[in-house]
Amino acid sequence: MASDSDSDEDFVTYGTPLEPLEEDEPLKKPIPLHDQTVKDEKGRYQRFHGAFTGGFSAGYFNTVGSKEGWTPSAFVSSRQQKAEKHHARPEDFMDEEDFSEHGIAPREITTSQEFSSSRRDKAGEKARAISAQAALIPGDTLLEELIAPARSSIGVELLMKMGWKEGQGVGPRVKRKARRQQKDGGGKVYGCTLPPAGSEESEDDDEEFAPENVTFAPKDVTPVDFNPRLGVQGLGYRGLDPSLALLGHGTAEHIDLFKPQSETRNRLFGDTKSSSRRGGVVGQAFGVGALEDDDEDVYHRDSMSRYDTILGEEEPGDGLYGWTAPQQYTKKKDRSKDASYLGKILEGFTLAQKPLEEKTIFPPPSLPRDYRPVHHFRPSVDVSHLSGVSPALAEALRVSKGHMVKEEPQQAGRHQLDSGQRRALLGEDTLQGPSSVMELLRPEDRQRLLSLRNSSNPPSAKTSIPVSSHASQTSGKSAQVLPASSDLQQVSLAAWRGIQTSSQTFKPFEKNPSKQARYELYLSCLKQGDNDALEQSLDPGMTEWERSREREEFVRASILYRPTSSSLSSRFTRAKDQEDDDSVEVSPDQEGDLDDKQAAVKMKMFGKLTRETFEWYPDKLLCKRFNVPDPYPGSGIVGLPKVKRDKFSVFNFLTVTQSREAAAPPKPPESGKKSRWDVSEQKVEKKKEDLLGELLSAARNQTETKVEQTPTPALPALPASISSSDQAPGSKPEIKSSDQQSSEEKKDGDEEEEEEEESRPPMDLFKAIFASSSDEKSSSSSEGESSDEEEEKETKEDEGKMDSEPLNLFSIPSTSTTTTSSSATTTSFSSSANTSSSHQAAAVSTQASKQEEEEFGPKLPPPSAALSRGGATSICPPSKEVKTGKKSKEKKHKKKKHYKHKKEKKKKKHKKHKHKETAEEEQGGGDGEQEDGQVSTDELLKRLKSIRSHQMW
Amino acid sequence: MAFPQPRPQAPQLPQHLLRTIDCQQGAVRAVRFNIDGNYLLSCGSDKSLKLWSASRGTLLKTYSGHGYEVLDADGSYDNSQICSCSSDKTVILWDVATGQVTRKLRGHAGKVNCVQFNEEATVILSGSIDGTVRCWDTRSRRYEPIQVLDEARDSISSLKVAQHELLTGSVDGRVRRYDLRMGQLHVDFISSPITCVCFSQDGQCTLSSSLDSTLRLLDKSTGEMLGEYTGHKMKGYKLDCCLSSKDTHVLSCSEDGHVYCWDLVEGSLSLKLPVGKAVVQSLSFHPTETRLLTAMEGRVQVWVEKGSA
Repeated sequence: MASDSDSDEDFVTYGTPLEPLEEDEPLKKPIPLHDQTVKDEKGRYQRFHGAFTGGFSAGYFNTVGSKEGWTPSAFVSSRQQKAEKHHARPEDFMDEEDFSEHGIAPREITTSQEFSSSRRDKAGEKARAISAQAALIPGDTLLEELIAPARSSIGVELLMKMGWKEGQGVGPRVKRKARRQQKDGGGKVYGCTLPPAGSEESEDDDEEFAPENVTFAPKDVTPVDFNPRLGVQGLGYRGLDPSLALLGHGTAEHIDLFKPQSETRNRLFGDTKSSSRRGGVVGQAFGVGALEDDDEDVYHRDSMSRYDTILGEEEPGDGLYGWTAPQQYTKKKDRSKDASYLGKILEGFTLAQKPLEEKTIFPPPSLPRDYRPVHHFRPSVDVSHLSGVSPALAEALRVSKGHMVKEEPQQAGRHQLDSGQRRALLGEDTLQGPSSVMELLRPEDRQRLLSLRNSSNPPSAKTSIPVSSHASQTSGKSAQVLPASSDLQQVSLAAWRGIQTSSQTFKPFEKNPSKQARYELYLSCLKQGDNDALEQSLDPGMTEWERSREREEFVRASILYRPTSSSLSSRFTRAKDQEDDDSVEVSPDQEGDLDDKQAAVKMKMFGKLTRETFEWYPDKLLCKRFNVPDPYPGSGIVGLPKVKRDKFSVFNFLTVTQSREAAAPPKPPESGKKSRWDVSEQKVEKKKEDLLGELLSAARNQTETKVEQTPTPALPALPASISSSDQAPGSKPEIKSSDQQSSEEKKDGDEEEEEEEESRPPMDLFKAIFASSSDEKSSSSSEGESSDEEEEKETKEDEGKMDSEPLNLFSIPSTSTTTTSSSATTTSFSSSANTSSSHQAAAVSTQASKQEEEEFGPKLPPPSAALSRGGATSICPPSKEVKTGKKSKEKKHKKKKHYKHKKEKKKKKHKKHKHKETAEEEQGGGDGEQEDGQVSTDELLKRLKSIRSHQMW
Repeated sequence: MAFPQPRPQAPQLPQHLLRTIDCQQGAVRAVRFNIDGNYLLSCGSDKSLKLWSASRGTLLKTYSGHGYEVLDADGSYDNSQICSCSSDKTVILWDVATGQVTRKLRGHAGKVNCVQFNEEATVILSGSIDGTVRCWDTRSRRYEPIQVLDEARDSISSLKVAQHELLTGSVDGRVRRYDLRMGQLHVDFISSPITCVCFSQDGQCTLSSSLDSTLRLLDKSTGEMLGEYTGHKMKGYKLDCCLSSKDTHVLSCSEDGHVYCWDLVEGSLSLKLPVGKAVVQSLSFHPTETRLLTAMEGRVQVWVEKGSA
């Protein structure tokens, strides 16, 4: 639309268009002269009187407006009211034309010359003056000024509207110091050089402090006019300045026609330094004129005093005499910097050259929303390491001087080793003889020592660890007294008694195998309920001190590492996914509290509650294609770091293979028949015409094939009784062919569905199967997972029965033990159905799968009301029926009738043939194998298997 | 100097039927404007994709090569290419001028519901019933997708691309926004199966329609709900929704044969456009003008504002 209308819009038309010429139309007569009239804005005729009679203005018409001419003002004067003196103003003699825009006294409001900017066009004046200087007859531009235009040009006006002011340059505002006009060094300029541009110099004068946010207009540039040299004079010649030559000023100095920088010119350029120009070699070309009296300059002698003899004679003034460093290092710069510093600077300090590096402070990581300060165990916790132990427990162990604390480096010192270990390390033999020093002593000495030790025992140890005190009291090889008396011992005994399964008990002394062995022995004794377990397990070869310490450790450890059935279980949370290894790793928050979200959605509290954000790693190439930088450069991950996947989602298994599958089922060429497409539309409506659906249904629909499925090509023959002419052609044959009894019952097409259900004998069984299998369509949704699991297992079982080849398309973990949820009758039925229908597996048609696909996401609307009517009444959703209005129904009827006519004709001719055709129509474009009814079921089964093996691949 | 700006005109709504195009290609599954709104694409259920002139309503080209009904299509920014997706699980890249298949991309496990070019037509993104979004490279000769986004747990029903962001709506009731620049995935839980998602023109909001007959306008950055639009009927079919070209209105198809149009800010129903008796399946709003395409059964209708030719 826009394309052709645009072409008109591009042009602007003025005036009235000429009427289009038509060829056969006679040319219009030209308007006679007397009809060509001119009217003014009031519609009055303006008569043209000819040049000598006054043009337009002649006569009263255009001037006065009345035949009588001017109306004389009435003069009235009385005694009371004296006539005022009447002053005639020019306006009195003007009419509205004169006051109008183009009249002689326009009454528009305009700015007058006085109110325009006072700095009006200085640069222009300057330029003019310069060109006047350069002109052959100096001052002749004065005339030009006299006839200068009254108004500024349109360009100037535009510039002013854009914010330009006179005296400023044109261009974007620049950020720099306040401009210092004409600060050029006054270098000699020879000939017709350009006037100093001034922009470069201004860049480096930075003695002035300028605030950051102030911008300045660019400098005004004096326009240069390049005049071609026309005369025969030499380069740099300029005419006599009449003010000098004629007015007598010239006596002061020699008139130098070639003097490159005359004073006037310098003045024009604003060169203020010219007066301070030091002497140099100044030459004169023409000698002395007759009018001049000073001729000492004729043969001018240079004196050396006029030269600079000393380098840098002049003091720069900044104290940095002879300092040759670049200017930015001079003090000036620093000073300006200091000046820009707003705070107070201490004496003796200057501002730092480099700004300090700012420390970036990273905020602590924000805790996730649902963070609970409880440690979640990694699924692969090595039990032998102590990482699974809570910090409190580890602390307790360390206090008790146990060896089990992991933080202490293994084999940290020799004090950690007992004598046996040291012996093993050194490779010594076991010492023969008494194992304890005590034995070497005489009995009385021993007694004395014991009593001594008893008294020196710290009281705290006594109270807290009664075991040790007991042990010390009863010295000797066998400390039999301990177990019975210590209550700790009793506790541990109570905890461990009767526990048989401890394949994975905690091993606190794993670093020391022999000790661990002793500990385990002790535990096993405990489990048997042995009261003197401690004595049995301890090494008789150890010293008394070692033994008492070990006893203590064992008792503590046995209490602390009680099996989970007792107190430990209350302290620890169980790792979520430790036991089933076949589950996929799930990031904890992704699992999500679906209920919370659901509630939030119900309460319409979208936002934080319903939003989840994950790190997501786009592919590098994808970033490149999208023209964005890789957000995680160098990371090899693509996608989500951890992806939650349903264990039993069908798509997990299917996504790999379809690339070949897509090509596998060849579509039959379309015949262009409408009916064909009706069927395919139905399928689409049911949403799963793809292989996926086929497979799923293949797995479980073999049970149903017998009853409600598509025509099996094997039994094409139909009893003649079914040929009910009033049936809807599309939906009918499906049932007809599937089982004969049911189809026979159906005479009236409209109540097909009810009839169908009645005709099916084992409805309850169906329900038992399909009630659950209908969920399965949504198998990808995580909610229905458990039921899916069972379902799929069921189907797997069925599969296994049906064909010897096990279908491991759905990898079911063997560990999870389930009995099929559906009753035994179901399974028995399905198995029996399997046996009977296994040869019908060919009919793994989409038709059947369609039935259960309805919930697989939003559907596509039916192609059209008429078509869907003709083709698929039974499958059409009820909402559809409501929608279709009466009119469309009528239309449909027409169509249907039309259809029927055709069909009936065919039917009458050969019914069998017709049936085949309708069956073919049923199949639609999806599966071409079934078009020829002669494909054997075995063949089809084989194909199905091959497809499946593809899938597994 | 400063004249007051002329008062902005009240936004017009397309309610005048300009033209009806009978597409002759079965049911029209989707109808889409091209990038500048001069042409339109109609996806037919008879496996064909047709290119029409939006102004004249004439058929310009028919693209055939799909093996099943065409479900969605998109034109590239330079109008030189078209991508389309189909129930036959393939995505096809077409050359507009010749009508030839430039590339046929296979890989989805199920039918492909939606397809989009990225801004420079270097990547085709397609969402399928198998729950994945696949990113196909149009520059290289590779036939595998660059990346497969399989975060959705159910069928992808709709996807949109805006600059560096990808918005997908899934039947699992979640709207996912992949931010390539930030490397983040934002998931908004809607709970009801999503049928269509859109970005607003300013890129700050997302619009999602779901099967609970509700459209929700969510803030893109926080996920908070800015508006909710109800009244239409969307219970079972995958129907489109969109925003008007100036973000003033929210439009949605309905199963009762109307196009509903709400004021974006107030949420009030401002127009109930009767299209026909069947389900309005697809609609597309002109990128700049007030012009609307609707698809019902086999016809495409062009709607313009009142008073315009």
